[in-house]
Amino acid sequence: MGKTTVLYEQHVAAGAKIVDFSGWDMPIHYGSQLKEHSAVREGAGVFDVSHMTIVDVKGVEARSFLQYLLANDVAKLKERGKALYTAMLNEQGGVIDDLIAYNMGDYYRLVVNCGTREKDLAWMQKQAQGFSVTLEEQPELAILAVQGPQAIAAVCGLSSPERQAAIQALKVFQGIEEGDWFIARTGYTGEDGLEIMLPNAEAGAFWQALLESGVAPIGLGARDTLRLEAGMNLYGADMDETVSPLAANMAWTIAWQPESRDFIGREALSKEKSSGVKEKLFGLVLEGRGVLRGHQKVLVSGLGEGEITSGSFSPTLGYSIALARLPAETGDQAEVDIRGKLLAVKVVRPPFVRNGQQCF
Amino acid sequence: MSELPAELKYLSSHEWVRVEGDVATIGISDHAQEAMGDLVYVELPDVGADLHANDEAGVVESVKAASDIYTPVSGTVFAVNENLEDAPELVNQDPYHDGWLFQIKFSDPAELSDILSAADYQAQLDAEED
Repeated sequence: MGKTTVLYEQHVAAGAKIVDFSGWDMPIHYGSQLKEHSAVREGAGVFDVSHMTIVDVKGVEARSFLQYLLANDVAKLKERGKALYTAMLNEQGGVIDDLIAYNMGDYYRLVVNCGTREKDLAWMQKQAQGFSVTLEEQPELAILAVQGPQAIAAVCGLSSPERQAAIQALKVFQGIEEGDWFIARTGYTGEDGLEIMLPNAEAGAFWQALLESGVAPIGLGARDTLRLEAGMNLYGADMDETVSPLAANMAWTIAWQPESRDFIGREALSKEKSSGVKEKLFGLVLEGRGVLRGHQKVLVSGLGEGEITSGSFSPTLGYSIALARLPAETGDQAEVDIRGKLLAVKVVRPPFVRNGQQCF
Repeated sequence: MSELPAELKYLSSHEWVRVEGDVATIGISDHAQEAMGDLVYVELPDVGADLHANDEAGVVESVKAASDIYTPVSGTVFAVNENLEDAPELVNQDPYHDGWLFQIKFSDPAELSDILSAADYQAQLDAEED
């Protein structure tokens, strides 16, 4: 038996098939991953992502610490509640983790991956030496992601007038504290929706109320196909400590300005950038039959080869898509080796699906 | 509990086999389809292809994974379930009938003696559960 979230019994009651996910017993699906996927694209679904780690960074030097720790710059978070996607790099410019940082007013909140929790915390503690900061995990908070075109309406339908007003005023990538809850308009699906951090003691009733109002419970299986369609990276598959953000479609998350800001990995990234980035993360589309999978070899005529980092059938598009690390000069065609057969694929810029529609 | 018809034979790799005369029909078990989840793609052998016992005969792929399909007997591929090209979900919906994969005209009936009875296969599933 692994670790469980406060909603474990309710997952089982909803028909979840439970699998091990980085030491946690989590729902992979509740019957059909495909139906869950389309529920999020067409209506609303709720994911229990309470296994993710919340770390609050407090203290007078919280801001300067995070400006050193993270490749993106928390100084961009001018308003309380604003959120930022960023990599946390090692000295070599490899990605230790990707995370979201929120401005909480007098402190910052980070949400990091579950599978990287221990090394992340150890790294943050080490780097915090010399800064006047404290790192506080928040295990008493559950996290529910409510995603889909009907998601915000569904949450509003269960909320007090004050909470409704607060939610309706949220811009994308912005959050708000409402009582004990922190509600942010963020997600990992390519749909509109909310990620809600709330006390464990209130999570069960809120989950149940969402299900009773017609929001579908969604497992980690559909979470993966939704994020892949949305062109969003999965840590450990699309990037890791040996891959720089420049080679992982994350160049937009590196804040080079101001030049005076020294962040961990900056020097390595600057060198890589000036000598030319050799590989980049591209999107692949296989319109014929077959399914692209992680680790399949990709051949790029005249340039060499690369590898699929994440691949799956796309339920929305009805054919297979993938993210692949390929030579930087790759054009719009490549071939994938699937069990010894070479299949032609289109090379595109992710994302593949946004707000329910094909977008490449 | 998955469905497991007593009249069929099974492979430890989770295929079922129905023998009628000198033709064996092969599919995947209810347990296998449930474990794989929603199927999205099925690759079947060419009709007329000669296969040897324990050869890979095809691949079934769900949203999450690909799994090879083996033939328990040597022979010539006699028919494949062409409906699966557009409707791989038939394997999930009805693994023992509409979701069959391929048929092989076999040459050596003795090869069939190695495969599992429903009870033996159930015992294997029980052991995997533990």
